[in-house]
Amino acid sequence: MSTPDDFPRMDRRKALQWMLSATATMAVRDPHLLAADAAPVKAQGYGPDPVMVKVYKPGDVWPLTLTEPQRRTTRALCDVIIPADNASPSASALGVPDFIDEWISSPYPAQAGDRRLILEGLQWIDTESSTRFGKAFADLSLEQQTAICADLAVAKPPPGCKKYAAFFKRFRDLTAGGYYTTPEGMKAIGYVGNMPSGTFEGPPIEALKHVGLA
Amino acid sequence: MPIITADKLQDSYDVVIVGSGAGGGQTAYTLTMEGLKVLILEAGRSFDVQSEVAMLQLPSQAPLRGEKTPDKQYGFHDCSINSGWDIPGEPYTNASKEPESQFRWWRQRMMGGRTNHWGRITLRNGPYDFKPRTRYGIGFDWPISYDDIAPYYDKVEMLIGVFGTNEGLENSPDSSPGVLQPAPKLRVGELYAQKHGKKVGAQVVSIHRAVLTKPQDAETLPAKLHPGNAKAQSILADSMRTRSPCFWATDCHRGCSIRANYDSQTVHLRPALATGNLDILPNAMAREVTLDKQGRATGITFINKKDGSEGHAKGRAVVLAASSQESVRLLLNSKSAAFPQGLANSSGKVGKYITDSVSSSLSAHIPAFEGMPIHNEDGAGGPHAYVPWTLHSKNGKGELGFPGGYHLEFTTGRQMPSLTTLNGIESRLGHEGVLFGAKLKEEARRYYGCHLGFGAQGTMLPNDGSFCELDPELKDQWGIPVLRFHWKWTDFELNQARHQQQHIREILEAMGGKVSAKPDTDIARLLKKGGEVIHEVGGAIMGSDRETSVTNQWSQTWDVKNLFMADGAPFASTADKNPTLTIMALAWRMADHLMDEMKKGNI
Repeated sequence: MSTPDDFPRMDRRKALQWMLSATATMAVRDPHLLAADAAPVKAQGYGPDPVMVKVYKPGDVWPLTLTEPQRRTTRALCDVIIPADNASPSASALGVPDFIDEWISSPYPAQAGDRRLILEGLQWIDTESSTRFGKAFADLSLEQQTAICADLAVAKPPPGCKKYAAFFKRFRDLTAGGYYTTPEGMKAIGYVGNMPSGTFEGPPIEALKHVGLA
Repeated sequence: MPIITADKLQDSYDVVIVGSGAGGGQTAYTLTMEGLKVLILEAGRSFDVQSEVAMLQLPSQAPLRGEKTPDKQYGFHDCSINSGWDIPGEPYTNASKEPESQFRWWRQRMMGGRTNHWGRITLRNGPYDFKPRTRYGIGFDWPISYDDIAPYYDKVEMLIGVFGTNEGLENSPDSSPGVLQPAPKLRVGELYAQKHGKKVGAQVVSIHRAVLTKPQDAETLPAKLHPGNAKAQSILADSMRTRSPCFWATDCHRGCSIRANYDSQTVHLRPALATGNLDILPNAMAREVTLDKQGRATGITFINKKDGSEGHAKGRAVVLAASSQESVRLLLNSKSAAFPQGLANSSGKVGKYITDSVSSSLSAHIPAFEGMPIHNEDGAGGPHAYVPWTLHSKNGKGELGFPGGYHLEFTTGRQMPSLTTLNGIESRLGHEGVLFGAKLKEEARRYYGCHLGFGAQGTMLPNDGSFCELDPELKDQWGIPVLRFHWKWTDFELNQARHQQQHIREILEAMGGKVSAKPDTDIARLLKKGGEVIHEVGGAIMGSDRETSVTNQWSQTWDVKNLFMADGAPFASTADKNPTLTIMALAWRMADHLMDEMKKGNI
């Protein structure tokens, strides 16, 4: 899952088809809208009997729908939420923006609300960035990006910001969830299972001591 | 005889079974090992546990990080296919619109049925569980006692392989010596609860689960299970040798390609097929039990889902094991001049007395676990311990406001992270606002693995408001009338759920846990809906009186001598134990009786 995050990852013909159909939909709704449409996605899910053993990547089952400007903002926001450090990579290095795109492009009803919330949130965050700093969010310094996020992350956001605070919280949950479900993310959080073994020894003595059981 | 298509059906079988899960699998196993010619009709497709289950795949390798969708209602890597609460083309209805009166009906349309999707918890019903009326003055006594079924519990446990310990508990019976496999060591959270739960009267012991912790003893078990039957012994020994013990990774709900845990195909259907006495017809949706002029069952009319055509399978006896309510539906849809209200329904009790486990849950953040040295807690793909019900002396006659009791199942450990692993981190760690950046990564490491919760599963006795009937109008995609459910929680269940919530909270707080949920006065909201535990049983209950029950103690219908039930339908109540082990033990006992009756010429 540590594939580069550049667009497109699908074959060229498919990509063109999807872009054309996306453009056609947008043209009908709002010719000036450069963002992907917030209306629910019309695509097929994987059905009730998918091949479970296959390894899937975002975009394998249904088309991704974020536009390139939206993807830039998504990448930047993911990395403010989970930056790289000495021990582990950033969210975008692990393909989390692809996952967010897959999530909001999902044809299932549970993701339709997130689609609207996140597309509107991405638009707001870029508008806010231009108003405050004269640039798109992705072009801001980390300090500037952090300042915008910090305003959304407060316990009691001002009334006008509530919706975008909800966006930030949801985006954070998806970013963190997308990150810690990758092999590198699992290592970063301290999950060392999923390793077949001949025996199960139970907790090590250090763990028992830690909680006063030894 | 193998897995077949409809054109390969034999002219007639000794026994036709509907359903290939715990009950149908056990019945087919018992009968074919003794030489009977058997057909199983399965509504789902064939499923290869060895090649189709995703054991080690990560959430990041599944669409939507493997989260639940309407297509995969327990998540992408859960073993269930073509299954769910809502299946396109296969509706059911609820008579009431009230939220607390809803019944949700899980259907598992695949070879092996619900045994593919199962926590493998195999607790025995205890002596009290069979005699609720004697003990509490309500519900119905079963027409059997614990002693009648105990030998079959031993046999099933030896066959499927169950780990656990014998604790000498009241009403949570031990297994006979030599039956159980060694229990795995407990995890930190389970041990911590064992130490601190004592303060509030909670006893934590090893759970019983159908997972091999060592190879099965293929030298001695087959002779114990099939005395005097060399062929059966040889087939079973071969089958046992193909099973590996647990390799201590992955959730059992994903299925087990190394055959360490029990599912019907691994344990029942493979050896049954090896006898040469079993045909299995997949994609066959049973519609009706057919009768002759003497009122004996002659077989099953089914829809071949591949092409929509209708077929008929003929047998000297018929066993319904389609899941409790699907079997009830078959009876209700099998109307004739002799049975205008549905087959075997002279008592009017078909569809009545549905029960499910009474279940609520609560969890906490355990600060003592923060900064725990990193280690692997996967274990046997599910809980190693549980809290049995031990308050019998305080609730001997229902003084706590409800009959029976409940056990508690753990959610704990450093489990494989999912999309929602960090949801709620702020409230659990006491942060204001939303964490992000370097602080989030730091807090994630502190928070992960500190979650501990319990889910309760408790006794439900039958009531007159929980039942099903045929919907007067709606039919499924094959034109078969569907079920309409009625559901009612009585004060007993609500009182029990209150007790569950209070007791779990006490245990969690005794561990220093920070419970994020406030005590809720609206208890019905915390109670899982009817059917949601997927333990629904009843609808064709057994009894000692044909006026008030559908089957006798052998799960043989009173009205039709050669018609038997082998799923949860004959359960006269739900115990504080999970039903699958009891389904298998009753099925084995029923199959022995069926063969006796055939030998005597009564069938």
